[in-house]
Amino acid sequence: MEHHAEILRGGVWQQRVPSWRDLAASILVLAVLLVIGSGTRQMVAPLSIAHQPEISLSPLALPLYTLRTVMRMLAALLASLIFTFTYATLAAKSRRAEMVLIPLLDVLQSVPILGYLSFTVLFFVSLFPNNVLGPELAAIFAIFTSQAWNMAFSFYQSLRTVPQDLDEASRSFRLSAWQRFWRLEVPFAMPGLLWNTMMSMSGGWFFVVASEAIVVGDLQINLPGVGSYVSRAIDERDLVAIGWAIAAMSAAIVVYDQLLFRPLVAWGDKFRFEQTAAQVVPRSWVFDLFRRTRLLRRAFAPCAAGIESATRARLALPVPRIGVSVGTHWRQIGDLVWYGCILIALVWVAMTLFGYARVTLSWNDLVIACASGALTLLRVAVLIAIATVIWVPVGVAVGLRPRLAEKVQPAAQFLAAFPANLFFPVAVFLILRFDLTPSIWLSPLMILGTQWYILFNVIAGASAFPSDFREAAASFRIHGWRWWREVMMPGIFPYYVTGAITASGGAWNASIVAEAVRWGPTKLSAGGLGAYIARMTEAGDYSRIALGIAVMSVLVIAANRLLWRPLYAFAERRTRLG
Amino acid sequence: MNKTGNPSIELSKVCMTFAKPSGEPLPVLADIDLALRDGEILGLLGRSGSGKSTLLRIAGGLIKPASGTVFYRGKPLTGPAEGIAVVFQSFALFPWLTVLKNVETGLDALGLSRAEAERRSQSAIDLIGLDGFQSAYPRELSGGMRQRVGFARAIVTEPLVLLMDEPFSALDVLTAETLRTDFLDLWMEHQLPTRSVLMVTHNIEEAVLMCDRILVLSSNPGRIAAEVTIPLAHPRNRMDAAFRDIVDEIYSILTSRAIASIEAQSKLHGGLVQVLPRATVNQISGLIETIAAVPYEGRAELVAITTALAPQTNNLFPIAEALHILEFAELSDGSLKLTAAGRVFAHSDTERRKMLFREHLLNFVPLAAHIRRVLDDREGHQAPRVRFESELEDHLTDPDAERTLQIVTGWARYAELFEYDDGARMFRLGAA
Repeated sequence: MEHHAEILRGGVWQQRVPSWRDLAASILVLAVLLVIGSGTRQMVAPLSIAHQPEISLSPLALPLYTLRTVMRMLAALLASLIFTFTYATLAAKSRRAEMVLIPLLDVLQSVPILGYLSFTVLFFVSLFPNNVLGPELAAIFAIFTSQAWNMAFSFYQSLRTVPQDLDEASRSFRLSAWQRFWRLEVPFAMPGLLWNTMMSMSGGWFFVVASEAIVVGDLQINLPGVGSYVSRAIDERDLVAIGWAIAAMSAAIVVYDQLLFRPLVAWGDKFRFEQTAAQVVPRSWVFDLFRRTRLLRRAFAPCAAGIESATRARLALPVPRIGVSVGTHWRQIGDLVWYGCILIALVWVAMTLFGYARVTLSWNDLVIACASGALTLLRVAVLIAIATVIWVPVGVAVGLRPRLAEKVQPAAQFLAAFPANLFFPVAVFLILRFDLTPSIWLSPLMILGTQWYILFNVIAGASAFPSDFREAAASFRIHGWRWWREVMMPGIFPYYVTGAITASGGAWNASIVAEAVRWGPTKLSAGGLGAYIARMTEAGDYSRIALGIAVMSVLVIAANRLLWRPLYAFAERRTRLG
Repeated sequence: MNKTGNPSIELSKVCMTFAKPSGEPLPVLADIDLALRDGEILGLLGRSGSGKSTLLRIAGGLIKPASGTVFYRGKPLTGPAEGIAVVFQSFALFPWLTVLKNVETGLDALGLSRAEAERRSQSAIDLIGLDGFQSAYPRELSGGMRQRVGFARAIVTEPLVLLMDEPFSALDVLTAETLRTDFLDLWMEHQLPTRSVLMVTHNIEEAVLMCDRILVLSSNPGRIAAEVTIPLAHPRNRMDAAFRDIVDEIYSILTSRAIASIEAQSKLHGGLVQVLPRATVNQISGLIETIAAVPYEGRAELVAITTALAPQTNNLFPIAEALHILEFAELSDGSLKLTAAGRVFAHSDTERRKMLFREHLLNFVPLAAHIRRVLDDREGHQAPRVRFESELEDHLTDPDAERTLQIVTGWARYAELFEYDDGARMFRLGAA
């Protein structure tokens, strides 16, 4: 799902591709998912996993469960990094690969993450029958899908915007492709990549929790972890255990942040491209410890030296390349052939898809899916509007007070990272207790976790608001509504848009778990597309899961294209001086 | 230092084109024959847009020419080669590497051992006067120190040929002077392994101060318009009569080239595709006022004003050209003489100035007149920017077209000839 964090830090957001490519890519993604899902289902039809360990509700078991959850996060991070370095590099270096890979990436990041899970879990289970490794991989893959697309996009954009002078310098010193990658491209991309990783990691906690305990058709999986612990607690209606899980998760997020991300960000600061000194240098006690402690430094020195010499190695014949030597004529013919291949593949895939859909789906299904989609769209729109009305004034008020912002900002970021689905049982408990209407009161759950993006982006915008503008506004005695309209709102607008994009993307994603919830044997459904997909997943009805996912992807892409991107482009253009 | 040896780099019939949107080639360099001889510093001098930086990159194998051949030590050059190093205007340092690592990057391609790479980098750092800065990051350094790193990184490879692309123009006047002198000292004392230097600059005095020979480029497309040999011994003195004579000579070559090019452009395509010089209305008014005032009294040598205004403007030429194009002054033989209109302009109030400017814009800048005419003719009196952009891009490179439109917009806004809405990207007639 699109978090669009790539734009949070000065990423260039351009209209990359015409929309027919989106359509083509959508067809491809859908087809692949469907093939994987239905194929493996036929292959391994009555599938069960033996020896699934019983999940214990004892708080003492939690530290170990949390560790398992964290390890899954790390594994997914590693996989995402490898994917980023290969996929994005290929897209940036080969014009023809780019034509296919980038629209594909655009669609991939609009597919709801839990949608991937429904399809891929069977595939992975069939890879390792009767073994927990399969579901483990499926869970890791789900987290992977929540971060890889973003990271790859960020890396691709960095590769495309490598400053010309550095490019020329590295060519004039005849660095090999390998040396150039490590000396120039990776360092240049590093700040954006780190920021994106951190942003998607926040979403990742949500999905790791959701992917540990799932039911697809007949297959029920409970991987040891915080998610399964919560799921078991829901079965048992044990509110105390849920409290324990929330505590454990909070601790894990704080530790993760302190031990992994703070040091990374502090270290990554040297890759900032701006030549000016930073006003605020990110600090991390762990990083300082490493840098200042001689013993630790020495212990890691051989490791550092190894990396250094690995990146210095040429690993390539120094082939001087200047310009394209192939005649434009041949190049055009090559392009034509390439387009032809893509077209043929697309037509074939589209026909296969259509044939498949005709057998299993009726037009009525499409109507139901679209109607559910409209309901969820309405929810997302209303929730974003409400969150905006609440958090923009709060964010501005906090952001204009630096001392306060310093304290509130980390809290907002923590809340954004915290997997809100851990709180769902509490909400469901309250809804049942006070006998509230699920279709209204379940809605806020969708935005429970992602509203914080609006808050902390607005805080960031207000803190970055130039003080001379504020002073000018004060000296001209601009107050009240005029102050909001003419001074503050234009100032925070780009930040707000960034936050709102992330929040709405997250809300779509969350709808799959938020619109259909349970508490013990009681099930609540709010209707809507998320509930539709959840229901079909539980029933193991692949063609309807695919339909639901396709409708959701189309809605998300449409919202991005028609609303968010134009808004963002507008914000970029209008609020820039010079 | 006036040895004439074998050419280390030779360009033969080199042409360069960029592709227009229509796919047709647009020439930027035409028929360049050039030989960089052993033992000399060769300067490439020209206005912005004359393709001099492109020429330097072709000589370094960074860009492949559209036609023609580059020879390096007698063999055709097919890409960046060992023995050629480049110093960049923007320094092009890797911000994430320390000074020492930046210098070592120059050696990465040679596959030296760590110890050897460090030894050579250290000695380059010592030579360039960077000792003590090894562990600093570029962002901690001043501009002058950064460019020293640029030099150290270039000479650490022990290049036979050094290509310098406006190496001092991003520095302030004093720093630039220090670096020039330091470089010349190393060069004169043969402390550098380098045998010949090709330097691009737009600063005439700098070229005369450093070079043994100067090639003056004309623009659109760039050609070698003149060659000036500088027989003066180092160290050269800017106040010397001989030095001043050469500077004056080059000024008049450049002004006559500029005038010729303005005239040539005004004849092509009804003058619509004239590249407008980068000069704002404030700069134009400022220069007119300066020339109108004492001690110039309406006529000034470009050299004299450049020296007087040096710290503020490092390049007066575009503004002088703007005055010439708008016929507020006449550019000839290195001097600028106000026309009658120019004198009136200098002594008018804002309203009158705007009227005068508007009149001259309509009469002497065909592009402005053209846009105005289109707006007048159209219903609704508005036209999209892209319309004019595509007209210009048929004959100019994209950056030139973009810049020219930007400049004409700035001038027209001042003259209240028409308005431009950047949100809609539309030109409009203002409320009359």
